[in-house]
Amino acid sequence: MTNWSLIEPSNTQKFVAGTLVAIYALVTLLPILWILSTGFKTPTDSIAYPPKLIFEPTFEGYVNLFTTQTRQTEEYLANNPPNNWYEQIVHDKGMVIAGPSRFGERFLNSVIIGFGSTFLSVFLGTLAAYAFSRYKVPLKDDLLFFILSTRMMPPIAVAIPIFLMFRTLGLSDTHAGMILLYTAVNLSLAVWLLKGFIDEIPIEYEEAALIDGYTRFQAFIKVVLPQAMTGIASTAIFCLIFAWNEYAFAVLLTSGTAQTAPPFIPTIIGVGGQDWPAVAAGATLFLVPVMVFTILLRRHLLRGITFGAVRK
Amino acid sequence: MAEVELRNISKSFGRIDAVKDVSLTISDGDFIVLLGPTGAGKTTTLRLVSGLEHPDGGTVFIDGHDVSKTTPAMRNVAMVFQQYSLYPHMTVYENLAFPLRSPLLKTPENQIKEKISEIAEVLQISHKLNNRTTELSGGEMQRVSIGRALVRNPSIYLMDEPLSSLDAKLRADLRVELKHIQADLGATLLYVTHDQIEAMTMASKIGVLEAGRLVQVGSPRDIYEDPVSLYVSGRLGLPRINTIPANIFPGAPIGATTLGLRSEHIELGAGLPANVIRLEHLGDQTQLHLEIEGHKIITLTDVHSQLQPDDIVHIQPKDPLYFDPSGNRVR
Repeated sequence: MTNWSLIEPSNTQKFVAGTLVAIYALVTLLPILWILSTGFKTPTDSIAYPPKLIFEPTFEGYVNLFTTQTRQTEEYLANNPPNNWYEQIVHDKGMVIAGPSRFGERFLNSVIIGFGSTFLSVFLGTLAAYAFSRYKVPLKDDLLFFILSTRMMPPIAVAIPIFLMFRTLGLSDTHAGMILLYTAVNLSLAVWLLKGFIDEIPIEYEEAALIDGYTRFQAFIKVVLPQAMTGIASTAIFCLIFAWNEYAFAVLLTSGTAQTAPPFIPTIIGVGGQDWPAVAAGATLFLVPVMVFTILLRRHLLRGITFGAVRK
Repeated sequence: MAEVELRNISKSFGRIDAVKDVSLTISDGDFIVLLGPTGAGKTTTLRLVSGLEHPDGGTVFIDGHDVSKTTPAMRNVAMVFQQYSLYPHMTVYENLAFPLRSPLLKTPENQIKEKISEIAEVLQISHKLNNRTTELSGGEMQRVSIGRALVRNPSIYLMDEPLSSLDAKLRADLRVELKHIQADLGATLLYVTHDQIEAMTMASKIGVLEAGRLVQVGSPRDIYEDPVSLYVSGRLGLPRINTIPANIFPGAPIGATTLGLRSEHIELGAGLPANVIRLEHLGDQTQLHLEIEGHKIITLTDVHSQLQPDDIVHIQPKDPLYFDPSGNRVR
């Protein structure tokens, strides 16, 4: 090829690369597509073999997810006609809605605990990372290693001591307890990630701000924070993904008030037969917040994941 | 503007003494250039005045007040850094407004606007005010950087090699501009450089630093013509001052071991024979490389000189500088 270039790929190369990416995307997205479609199937369709690619969509799974239902007699059903579309769906199965399910509150718990601990991790992490980056901290390297070492075992390895501590302190099944726990687990990651980003910001900017008449803290707010946004955004996403998806501690430490969605969703299966569409509906909705959060921050994320390497 | 005085200030980092017992008075309207090679303590001296560093010993006075223990903000100094000085997340306008919006000044927005358009005019960056600083060329960045200092009315302007990252032409242009602005404003300036042309052309006084000590302060002409030591004599002058043993030529005073010869100290056509090694035609001048008794000498000659390598020319010193074994001047 005469116009060969080190930087610009040829059309063939582009085509091959594009095809490979498309195949990879298909493979990774298939389970999500499965979950998405199952959520709109009837229980019968959901376990049909071979799987139905084309089916008549229904909101039955979503209605089952958000409600509790009871079976009623023909007579009762005839005397109480459905008032709206979702009562109609339930009515057609010979049942009536007894009340809302707990999915809404569990989902809300996930939001409170996930975003709460993410905020706390990033907030504390930023302050700690700044201090480690800029100040002479005695035993700095040892402290940083100690912080990192808390991640060297799977968190669940300390499940029993934490369970006992939480019980003694009255933190079991509380929002504050779960936020505290997830923050503790995420903080080491946050400190290390953010320290890397803050190290990359030349100290000259802060010195310029000091000369320009600002205090150290004001310089931090006005000069360091805006430049650390990339790091803060990507750290926040990592923290949220962990806290949002965490299952083991949630099973162990929550059962009622503070139960998050991950331990709740599987329990849907047991209510009135194997209700896969309801489970799939729950899983679909569960994906949404992290997805939205990531999309909102994606402008920062791409640069963030390269750990500031492209900035200069 | 105010008078700034350094009295016996010292600063060390670990075991390295960056600044040793420096005393210097910068009078109102002075343009003082600190000259010295890398590591001589120029930047540290500047940072001690700014408050970014605090002295281990000695006192910094601004306008008669001891400010040694205060923060940069409390000293009301403006500083231009060598690089990384513009806030990358702000526009040019926001950068220029940043010091004026500080909690210390809290300038009303209409005054900020007025001040910035005035300074932008002078620095010819008016058309760039809404650009992000990352979109500027090197020269524009440095102008904005200087502008951010000029929008204020500080006790003293501190500049740390502000032109060093620029190309030669831009450096020359900005040098002239900067000198103009300083003269117009009657500003007090402490300027750090290792570029002797900047020092010679802009300074009202030059301070020469050697390993943390201020070895000589004087007008550029004084420093050039009457250096106190071999070290100082080598800081100014192109081609650099030649040093050869004092006993090659007769007439050395007692105690002198080294003879310092600038181009104007070398008379061609009489005296001792020297070998021509090569000529360098630089256009406006021609440098003549000679060898006398095994010592190399570089001097200037006629631009259209027809000398060839291995020719013999006779040279003799005229009012040269003499130095003793430790490098001090012998008069």
